[in-house]
Amino acid sequence: MSDIAQLESQLLAAVTSAKDEAALEAVRVAALGKSGSVSALLKTLGSMTPDERKVQGPAINGLKERVTAAIAAAKDALGAAALDARLASETVDVTLPLRDPPAETGRLHPISQVIDELTAIFADMGFAVAEGPDIETDDYNFTKLNFPEGHPAREMHDTFYFPPKPDGSRLLLRTHTSPVQVRTMLTQKPPIRVIIPGRTYRSDSDQTHTPMFHQVEGLVIDKTSHLGHLKWILEEFCKAFFEVDSVKMRFRPSFFPFTEPSMEVDIQCRRDKGEIRFGEGNDWLEILGCGMVHPNVLRNCGFDPDEYQGFAWGMGIDRIAMLKYGMPDLRAFFEADVRWLNHYGFRPLDFPTLAGGLSS
Amino acid sequence: MKFTLPWLKEHLETVATLDEIVDKLTMIGLEVERVEDKAKQFEAFKVVSVISAVQHPNADRLRVCMVDTGQGPPLQIVCGAPNARAGMKAVLGLPGTYIPAKNITLAVGKIRDVESFGMMISGAEIGFSDDSDGIIEMPADAPVGKPFAEVLGLSDPVIEINLTPNRADCTGVSGIARDLGATLIGDYKDNAPKPVKGTFPCPVKVTLDFGATHPLCPAFGLRLVRGVKNGPSPDWLQKKLTAIGLRPINALVDITNFITFDRGRPLHVFDADKVHGHLTVRRAHNGEKLLALDGKTYELDAATCVIADEKGVESLAGIMGGEETGCSETTTNVLIESALWDELNIAQTGRKFGINSDARYRFERGVDPAFMLPGLELATQMVLDLCGGEPSEIVVAGDPTPKETIIDFPLSEVTRLAGLKMTLPQVRRTLEKLGFFAAGQGERIKVAAPSWRPDVHGRADIVEELVRIAGVDSVPSTPFPRGADARKPVLTPIQTRTRKAKRALAARGLTEAVTWSFVSKREAELFGGGKPELALANPIAAELSDMRPSLLPGLMMSVQRNADRGYADVALFEVGQIFKGDQPQDQFTAASGLRRALAKGTGIGRHWSAAAAPVDAFDAKADAFAVLAAAGAPMQALQVVPGGPAWFHPGRSGTIQIGPQNILGSFGELHPRALAALKAEGPLVAFEVILENIPAPKAKPTRAKAVLELSAFQPVERDFAFVVDAKIKAANIVRAAQSVDKKLIAGVTVFDVYEGTGIEPGKKSIAVAVTIQPREKTMTDAEIDALGQRLVAEVGKKTGGVLRG
Repeated sequence: MSDIAQLESQLLAAVTSAKDEAALEAVRVAALGKSGSVSALLKTLGSMTPDERKVQGPAINGLKERVTAAIAAAKDALGAAALDARLASETVDVTLPLRDPPAETGRLHPISQVIDELTAIFADMGFAVAEGPDIETDDYNFTKLNFPEGHPAREMHDTFYFPPKPDGSRLLLRTHTSPVQVRTMLTQKPPIRVIIPGRTYRSDSDQTHTPMFHQVEGLVIDKTSHLGHLKWILEEFCKAFFEVDSVKMRFRPSFFPFTEPSMEVDIQCRRDKGEIRFGEGNDWLEILGCGMVHPNVLRNCGFDPDEYQGFAWGMGIDRIAMLKYGMPDLRAFFEADVRWLNHYGFRPLDFPTLAGGLSS
Repeated sequence: MKFTLPWLKEHLETVATLDEIVDKLTMIGLEVERVEDKAKQFEAFKVVSVISAVQHPNADRLRVCMVDTGQGPPLQIVCGAPNARAGMKAVLGLPGTYIPAKNITLAVGKIRDVESFGMMISGAEIGFSDDSDGIIEMPADAPVGKPFAEVLGLSDPVIEINLTPNRADCTGVSGIARDLGATLIGDYKDNAPKPVKGTFPCPVKVTLDFGATHPLCPAFGLRLVRGVKNGPSPDWLQKKLTAIGLRPINALVDITNFITFDRGRPLHVFDADKVHGHLTVRRAHNGEKLLALDGKTYELDAATCVIADEKGVESLAGIMGGEETGCSETTTNVLIESALWDELNIAQTGRKFGINSDARYRFERGVDPAFMLPGLELATQMVLDLCGGEPSEIVVAGDPTPKETIIDFPLSEVTRLAGLKMTLPQVRRTLEKLGFFAAGQGERIKVAAPSWRPDVHGRADIVEELVRIAGVDSVPSTPFPRGADARKPVLTPIQTRTRKAKRALAARGLTEAVTWSFVSKREAELFGGGKPELALANPIAAELSDMRPSLLPGLMMSVQRNADRGYADVALFEVGQIFKGDQPQDQFTAASGLRRALAKGTGIGRHWSAAAAPVDAFDAKADAFAVLAAAGAPMQALQVVPGGPAWFHPGRSGTIQIGPQNILGSFGELHPRALAALKAEGPLVAFEVILENIPAPKAKPTRAKAVLELSAFQPVERDFAFVVDAKIKAANIVRAAQSVDKKLIAGVTVFDVYEGTGIEPGKKSIAVAVTIQPREKTMTDAEIDALGQRLVAEVGKKTGGVLRG
């Protein structure tokens, strides 16, 4: 065996036996360092004859390359083992619970959600959304809407009043959203197509009445819209809102001062253990009032009833929310109990659209 | 309005079933509220005869009765009623009978060791009447074993109609029959009363005396019948009244009640011998009193219309008679009154005194003026038939002639308003059956409304009559054209802001509450309100007396209620109206929220990932900024200045504004005094933003976004720590740093605030990271250093800050 081969086997054995990077470095320095054994051999090349160098050169360089490669390989192996050892000691408990994301814990009140649902449905039919003040005049809340003087709803029993002004007039809290119909008719030119959601007030309080509640009204004024259109709109609305394929509705003649003819509308349903299903069953449930706008109201708002006509309807937002989503008690809507709001409320990203479904 | 099916059939010839009639009534606008079938409801309760009743051996108040049920041997029944006695006829429920009113099922029971095989019932126990004083006593001749309701003549179904206020004509059975007749479900029988000839002049004169004031009595008819024999009315009449829940009194009174329900014509009978002199119909004098038939004394004033004799007030006109001149069994001379009253006055007077009489119900709707005298004739005839006597002539004060309403009616109105096509014969037939008079042929007819329809004024009313009788179901549902208008947003800017604000806040983990628009006066005053014009004149409760000037008091109370229930870490918000005055422009839309205890913006409640920290002003600031960003506020233009409204902690609150004139909102810790005043426990932080105060964005011609400019040069970041007075606001340092070179300095971020060891007391260190964005070329170190020196100098000049050593 030549000296070179012997040295190589010694060095490779030393590489193999190096247990850590420091020992390996010592082997490297001893072999390839300035005064290392391989470096020493390389230095001998300078004093050799060309013939000797031809033989010894490749041998010594080969030795250097193999030792270098062996050291590099050993270094990789040692590094990988060290990383494995380190990672083995680094663990987290991945079962620790996350914080609930705010967008999942926050809630919208059902009234807000239902108003957004109504808006989506009626916007699609070409209706805009109108609003007006909660504090109204007697004229807009009653007189212009053809409530005869002395109508019971004007009395203290139903209406919240403010103290009389020096001229004797009294402002009031609107008892319905209908004064916004008046405001709309007085400021807009037909064709008018609006829905009017908002807060309304009556001095009444029991299980099904709260002194404050929410209504939505619809108003159409033009030269052609009639009762048949009103029926169609309400049928389309009920199907879309209650998310059923068909609804059966019953229009009963009734009386409201501001419409003529007037009707109350019942929707067919089945009551089943506190749940109400629409589009089936044999029960009738009253959901709204409607009618053709009374000629006196048209006149009071500056329209000739022989030229212009239209219809209006109104319903309780709280009530249709209860019917759709099954809340049993109106009073809970205004009690801000976080348990109720969590249960019946809606996540902020549940945005009702007709494209994606109102409630899915 | 209540009536029985046979009663209806006295005015309507029909073969229709009860269900058909009920359905038809509802569909023509006479909504049937309920059909009461007492015979069916009470068929399990049968007449028994009490054979014996002896003292219970173990109980003072109980008796042991043997009763004959008409079947099998007598039954032993234990009974506690004071009126249980041998020989009486009573009503028995057998074991197994369900009593809905009490939700119990009777069973054989042992009462103090004595077995009882059923229960003798009181009216109240089964919901038959209000009588709970004793068991029901049946007439002596009641057949044993028969259902008691049948024996009492209550086997006829009772129909109750929820009558709308416009339908005066249907306050009587006859009017309801007329409406039904128009639908062709049967033939209306016109039972017009025949006049009764008077044999002597009426000795009592009537004067309508309203002076210069608005007359409250258009007409008044009166007649004396002398020599009558009053007493219980005949069986058929008593049964009729009992069936609809009226108590028979005596023949004269029962006749008036009958005509009230049969024809919608209230009448009044005076005992003529108790009336002093002539009658005057007038306004009451202030302070006059009347003891009415309900046993109550009413104090009257000039707004009340009364009938008075020479002694004083005898009747509350059109509402209730007086006790003193009422008819009793001993009455032998009777004055019958049939009059017309001012509807509005009747409604107001009735409401004022809280009297809901059958007379008021009809007069406030407006009775048929043309039936004033026929009603009086009908009553006279019935008095003669039931009580005998001799009628006087009728005296009439005023004029009952109805005003005529004639309407010019083009047939095309039905199609125009209702989308329904009707032929002239159809139109004529319906109107004539309803008592209208239709004249003319062709496309335009003249229609006269009958005297009993004061609600009919114009064409729309005629259309309603036609549609109502034809059925709204016959109106074809017609697709509503959307029109060719461009699809534009249907929401106003404030509506868009409102819905975005709500979802932005919910997305930050807050829960939306809807609280009352009214708060207590004290709460209103504490939160910047309390103006007298915003206080309700008739609040429903003292704590709901004033329109809210802020959403915070309502939210604070809500949060505290939740905390009291054990939910301490609550974050609530509301977006809704607040009131600064009583005019439309004083109403604003506020977005407000409240966080309590550990309900932080970064997460609610305790969590392993970080030490629990209570909410602070920055949670509220973040909520406020989230609303503003979502609602489209110009975020770069917003300034935050220290301090806020009085209900915030003065040192831990801020105001968000665009210049001092436009304040958008405020945020911070709530003032301890505000907490104490509302009995709320902290820590509580809150914000309020007024959505109307956000400036409107500039309208843009297109939706394209501004061109994106990407720099070719890498940005450089340099950190600076300044030591400043503790009072100096971080925003001043940031603003000073930014102002050095608005083009090159792309961002300034505060990344450290430090007070304590190494910093002189009264001072603090604020460290900022400044991002420098080279624009035209890469900057040399020297250039960057030079910019840094200018920045240090500028901050020093504006804030007195020096670089931390």
